Amino acid sequence: MTVARIASLIALALLIFTPLFLKNFYIFQMTQWMIYAIAVLALNILTGGSGQFSLGQSAFYAVGAYTAAIMMEHMGVNYVFTLPVAGVICFIFGFLFGLPALRLSGIYLALATFALAVAMPQLLKLHFFEHWTGGVQGLVIIKPDPPEFLKSMGLKVSQDMWLYYFTLVVALAIYFASTNLLASRSGRAMMAIRDNQIAANAMGVNVSLYKTLAFGISAGITGVAGALGAIAVAFVAPDSYTINLAIALFLGMVIGGVGWLPGSLAGAAFIVFVPNIAESISKGLSGAVFGVILIIIIFLVPHGARQVAYTAQHLISRIWKSS
Amino acid sequence: MELFVNQVLAGISTGAIYACMALAVVMIYQAIDHLNFAQGEMAMFSTFIAFQLMQWGVPYWWTFPLTLIISFAGGVAIERALFKPLGNAPVLVHVAGFIALFAIINSVAGLTWDWTIKQFPTPFGNAPFLGSQLISTHQAGMIGITFLLLVLLFIFFRFTRVGLAMRAAAALPESAKLVGINVSWMIALGWGMASGIGAIAGILIAPVVFLEPNMMGGVLVYGFASAVLGGLSSPFGAVMGGFLVGVFENLVGTYIPGVGNELKLPIALALIVTVLVLKPGGLFGRVAQQRV
Repeated sequence: MTVARIASLIALALLIFTPLFLKNFYIFQMTQWMIYAIAVLALNILTGGSGQFSLGQSAFYAVGAYTAAIMMEHMGVNYVFTLPVAGVICFIFGFLFGLPALRLSGIYLALATFALAVAMPQLLKLHFFEHWTGGVQGLVIIKPDPPEFLKSMGLKVSQDMWLYYFTLVVALAIYFASTNLLASRSGRAMMAIRDNQIAANAMGVNVSLYKTLAFGISAGITGVAGALGAIAVAFVAPDSYTINLAIALFLGMVIGGVGWLPGSLAGAAFIVFVPNIAESISKGLSGAVFGVILIIIIFLVPHGARQVAYTAQHLISRIWKSS
Repeated sequence: MELFVNQVLAGISTGAIYACMALAVVMIYQAIDHLNFAQGEMAMFSTFIAFQLMQWGVPYWWTFPLTLIISFAGGVAIERALFKPLGNAPVLVHVAGFIALFAIINSVAGLTWDWTIKQFPTPFGNAPFLGSQLISTHQAGMIGITFLLLVLLFIFFRFTRVGLAMRAAAALPESAKLVGINVSWMIALGWGMASGIGAIAGILIAPVVFLEPNMMGGVLVYGFASAVLGGLSSPFGAVMGGFLVGVFENLVGTYIPGVGNELKLPIALALIVTVLVLKPGGLFGRVAQQRV
């Protein structure tokens, strides 16, 4: 057993057992954490995998969230089935957006995705869609109850706890699918494009296909995260999905380490918990405290959690050998 | 027809704001090859410094150069303290640094000068310009100063040794080092100049949008958009981009029914993206070719 495998088993055990000892509010926060981890992972596939930058993830997140909300509220669909639908719709949306994005790179792509993120809340507010989206007010969803069989087995599971485990299972499934994707032929093609597009093209990689595919997959996963987010918060409104969300996801990716999927968990923890910590240190200067914490982190570990993990792994294996 | 002309004029006067900011954006892009997301906040902070100096009784025409000097020094200091140590980190980490800077400056300004809206004086007055109700003398002065800055920047980048060295340092840092350019200080200088131009932009914009810590949020977005539309490699393009965005935004608001203030920005951005898809280097810029 390698150090990395032991570490991931410990992390998994912690994720499974910690909520059993926590109050509902903290379980809810952990659910949020998992959901953002999925969204950060999605951005990681796009930026870390295929080298395309996106500030528009909040738009895909919003589409996923509204898909779930509309299906549950207007069509009475069970919440479980909204996830794959949100994923597919966002995949198509992302794939289509990836087509014009093919001609853009770097700063220009950042601006195009930024435009998408800015436009999305305004589009959701449009009078034209108000019947479905609820306009500025948004939609209130009924929080799902834990399934009956748990109760008949004599287990007392709260709504929050059930949602946490539900999210955890989805997150793990997405995580394994994503690591396999990046290790596959398609994943290697994407990474070749990231490292050198022209060389990848010369080696016979279909650059346009894999770049748009990366956009689609990333958007699809973000959509699933958005749907989960809508279910967990039990509410969707246009102003929850502004550019700030996209910026937060971007920060999460950088803090976790670009291209290192397990880092998404650390990055998501940063964006969920650090603003609260900053607020508790100083109310008036919470923005400054947040900025200073961020700067300290990028100064100490410019490669984020990835760097921490690698250093730790080195240290541990050295101690192992010397003993 | 009269409505059209009026809307174009009104667009040009808002465009002047964007053009000013776009110049600062291009300046930093020439120096460090990225966009600085904290640029708007830096300009806002400079404007507050000018405001504070005036509160202390310094006359306007003394405040102006003083603010410029302070902003220049501030820009250089930020580069030395924050971004030089990050030199070897990946680009995305730098972007995270810009975001951190944004949060810090915004929050500190809010605490120091509170979040209320403040009036900011203009040296040009607010009378109608040449009898037109749509452009005030202040806005005309702003357009004039923007063009003056543009000419100065053009001369600086084209004909002075420092300007050329700066372009070289941004374009090919390794080769620039080999020919004896101090790349590290060129970058610091670029930060200082961008901060100075930002200060000018802030001082010119503040009488129109009023002074408050969030005054630059919207302006910076339009500034980025204008700079990208015109071409990030070209100061002239950036200024033209600013006017184009201003005019277009106004015409969209007037002629397309159902477009309120809310949808102006998305539509303007959509147009810019369309332009970029057709012409990836911007209207006046050149596409950078990459070596394999």
